[in-house]
Amino acid sequence: MNQEVSTGILLDETTELTLSELSQACSSSTEWVIELVDEGILEYTGQRKSQWRFSGTSLLRARTAMRLQHDLEINLAGVALALDLMEQLETMRERLRRLEVANRS
Amino acid sequence: MDYKDYYKIMGLERGASQDDVKRAYRKLARKYHPDVSKEADAEILFKDLGEAYAVLKDPEKRAAYDQLGANWKAGQNFQPPPDWDAGFEFGGGNRGGDYSAHSDFFETLFGHGFGSAGADRGRSGFQARGEDHHAKVLINIEDAYHGETREITLRTPEIGRSGHVTTKQRTLSVRIPKGIQQGQRIRLPGQGAPGIGDNSAGDLYLEIEFNPHTIYRVEGRDIYFDLPVAPWEAALGATVKAPTPEGAVDLKIPKGTSSGRKLRLKKRGIPGSPPGDLYAEVTITLPPADSDNAVELYRKLENELAYNPRRKLGV
Repeated sequence: MNQEVSTGILLDETTELTLSELSQACSSSTEWVIELVDEGILEYTGQRKSQWRFSGTSLLRARTAMRLQHDLEINLAGVALALDLMEQLETMRERLRRLEVANRS
Repeated sequence: MDYKDYYKIMGLERGASQDDVKRAYRKLARKYHPDVSKEADAEILFKDLGEAYAVLKDPEKRAAYDQLGANWKAGQNFQPPPDWDAGFEFGGGNRGGDYSAHSDFFETLFGHGFGSAGADRGRSGFQARGEDHHAKVLINIEDAYHGETREITLRTPEIGRSGHVTTKQRTLSVRIPKGIQQGQRIRLPGQGAPGIGDNSAGDLYLEIEFNPHTIYRVEGRDIYFDLPVAPWEAALGATVKAPTPEGAVDLKIPKGTSSGRKLRLKKRGIPGSPPGDLYAEVTITLPPADSDNAVELYRKLENELAYNPRRKLGV
């Protein structure tokens, strides 16, 4: 098949998304993203809203927040709590894995 | 098309109240939500649950569903009676989240034409810029080591003039960046839905997932695999061949290695800064005692080593 190869942008910690890019990617309004910021779910750099920049990993967090909010019918404070606890759980699983390695070698 | 027993999915009796439906949903949704649950088939269970809830929480849909009768069994081949939903009055449709793709059973009963559910897509109605699309892409672990170009096929539902939903298929060649990890996303500008008029198209976001591998397991950038080792290799130490996604390497087994020990191959995980590690988890395997000679060798070990593996248990 003769085709042009598309090269994408990898969204990691070093990639930056603007407020409108992030809300577009979530198929949501900028107001909703601002609510996430107010709730402390997302963090940004920059002064005015037009200069806000989010890291590439924010997209994953925002979309997870959207699913939790919609599917579990919980408010944003609950979503924020769930996300923080899930993150702690992941960190602890990671530590557990490392300890298992250290103990066995 | 298979019949779906929405009551069974939600663990409810047919006579359950609307409050029971809501409670059952909340409880099961927390249990099976794919973002929360670690269960392997959480996504499927959650989809079924969402579909069951979409029907049972809505008194109109529930009444229509109940009308089909209680004699159907889940999985039974099902055809809806003609005009089965006649005489029901329907309110507005509701829109689901990411996991809301419904079964054929649901679509036939409650798809377009049922109430105003068919108007769902009008939500983004008169937006000038094209919508962003999201798709999951399965790649092989090896692709993350080399950065391959992969052909992916995407199916996009489109609403035709008659209001019927058709699926448009397109193939895209995408360069997978070296060092990509499970769950990371790639953004392809302008590859989403086309814009209206002269406006720019939306973007396409690809979520990367690794195909299950027969040998390797992935944790972030680290990779694990089971390494079978013969008893004498473990006891005396040896250099053995070990697989890596980049080809076989020589791996040193230290003297006195026990089962379950993890041997680290530094920087042999998924590339990046820092690169991940590759872990070989040692499994000591026994040669079968399937010949007179093998039996004799085992007996000799037994008699000459006087080894009690249960010493620490005090027996």
